[in-house]
Amino acid sequence: MTSPLAIQLMRFAFLVLLWLFVWGMVRVIRGELQSSGARQVQSVPKARRARKAVPDSRPSRNGVSQLVVTEGSLAGTHVALTGKPILVGRANDSTLVLTDDYASTRHARISETNGVWYLEDLGSTNGTYVGQSKVDRPVPLEAGVAIRIGRTVMELR
Amino acid sequence: MSTAVRSRSAGRSDRRLPTRRSTELLYVVMAAIIVGCAEAIVEITRDNKVSSHVATYAAVTLAIGVIAHIAIRRTARYADPLMLPCAVFLVGLGLVMIHRLDLGLAQQASEQGGTYAGVAAASQVVWAFIGLVVFLTVLLVVRDHRVLQRYAYTLALIGLFLLLMPAVLPARFSEVNGARIWIRVAGFSIQPGEISKICLTIFAAAYLVSKRDVLSLAGRRVLGVDLPRGRDLGPLLLAWLVSIGVLVRDHDLGTSLMFFGLFVVLLYVATERVSWVIIGVLLFIGGCYISYQFFGTVKERVNVWLHVFAYLQDQGYQMSQSLFGLGTGGLFGAGLGGGRPELVPVAKSDFILSSFGEELGLFGLVAILAVYVIFISRGFATSLAVRDSFGKMLVTGMAFSFGLQLFVVAGGVSRLLPETGLTTPFLSYGGSSLVANFGLLALLIRVSDAARRPPTTPPSEVTTDSGPVPITVDGAQ
Repeated sequence: MTSPLAIQLMRFAFLVLLWLFVWGMVRVIRGELQSSGARQVQSVPKARRARKAVPDSRPSRNGVSQLVVTEGSLAGTHVALTGKPILVGRANDSTLVLTDDYASTRHARISETNGVWYLEDLGSTNGTYVGQSKVDRPVPLEAGVAIRIGRTVMELR
Repeated sequence: MSTAVRSRSAGRSDRRLPTRRSTELLYVVMAAIIVGCAEAIVEITRDNKVSSHVATYAAVTLAIGVIAHIAIRRTARYADPLMLPCAVFLVGLGLVMIHRLDLGLAQQASEQGGTYAGVAAASQVVWAFIGLVVFLTVLLVVRDHRVLQRYAYTLALIGLFLLLMPAVLPARFSEVNGARIWIRVAGFSIQPGEISKICLTIFAAAYLVSKRDVLSLAGRRVLGVDLPRGRDLGPLLLAWLVSIGVLVRDHDLGTSLMFFGLFVVLLYVATERVSWVIIGVLLFIGGCYISYQFFGTVKERVNVWLHVFAYLQDQGYQMSQSLFGLGTGGLFGAGLGGGRPELVPVAKSDFILSSFGEELGLFGLVAILAVYVIFISRGFATSLAVRDSFGKMLVTGMAFSFGLQLFVVAGGVSRLLPETGLTTPFLSYGGSSLVANFGLLALLIRVSDAARRPPTTPPSEVTTDSGPVPITVDGAQ
């Protein structure tokens, strides 16, 4: 009933099918990498459009979109800034959970008001530093300025 | 700062972040279609017709995939979309190959005038559904992977207990083909090593996260290498010694190698010290030398590995048949159902990769390995993205042990390494391995959900009594 030719065709068609499956998944991964890259260098017009619609949830005017850990055991970790406050500390329910003996359970909070991100120390034992100065009241954050908590250093980007 | 504004903007940003659940469903369906095609090709090639149960394995694959998908949609919305399709694809393809080997063995038996009760594929289907139940249970019970940290020592005890069981049980309950790594109760045989692997990975991750600072800072410097204090290393060394001791006793080379590799890599990841890798490699070389000198099994396997064609008819038979199979397959394979992979003894468990190599060729085998690589790389991507150290260590450990296992199996089948007797995850025949890997998949998906979930307002802001006071940015300005 089935000719050898048909069997040969099926044999190669199946290999093609297998590779299509792999190729499709690689495309999904590629798409995710591209979309996260696009979010990183979010274009200014997009931010403006968002501002028109919703004044309260736009990315801040200095164009930061991420909190990036640059030093310490969590180096390389990103937290997307979505307008919600970020709690940093050793507590398990923190947004960024530090495993750092020099950090307090609830160490600091980074939150947004009117498009500006503020850093606030939550009464930590060893203090929070922005650049060289200790944080004793909420301070506005600029992109690229080092925030030091214990042995962990992070910055907004 | 009104909370109403906050929660509204929260809802909006949630909608902006895709959960990618439809991508997952799409690829699950694609995997099932490929499995269906594979089964159809096997039947057409062998019997020249499509039998009535051609869709069975595709249906099983689809059912497992869709049920797991619904559970993920409900409880882990932001999980990685590719892990489940990869796993389902491998399970389905494994089922087709096991069924195909059943057919081949039945034919072989009838040629020799005997009969073969081909039930391996059916029992693998049952195990796949048991695996699905385990997957759902883990996903529903473990709502936050960080909870596992609390049970680290309990899990370590369970892991060691399972590992020790076969060694202390009488041989009639624990021995199959000379290896005492089984628990046989009421017709079921379980290989507890796979389950204890997961328990011990969780323990190692939790232990290293809590002890990371002392491990990397305290201690003396000897010959330019930082050595940790003995008491910090105690529990870990003890766990290692017990597992290695048991495994050497059980003559299970592969699992022992897996545990050791896992501990060394987790130590390295936790402490960022190259000295651990150096110590590990030295210990590994020492271990290899000692086991080669003292254990007959190891010596035999190395000899077979080096001179496989000298042992063509006895110990090297399986290995050489596997090589002949791969050679027959060539670049494009003999076609599904067109080869004789059943000539390799116990092809369905240890040598299933060589069966695929024979029937799908190098191109097909590399495609299957690529699916594995995608799965493992999604694991490592998760470990980079997750925001707590325990999750990082846990996922790193699981993804690494998965990769190491695959490397050792593929190396063994292609004679790059001596044969070790590990199973190919998801693909090969064997209930406990399949069930344990479904559990592992559930944990990976749970952590990847935590990693990809957009940050939410922490509940501590409202609930804790002594917690931080509400933010007063406006007042401070």
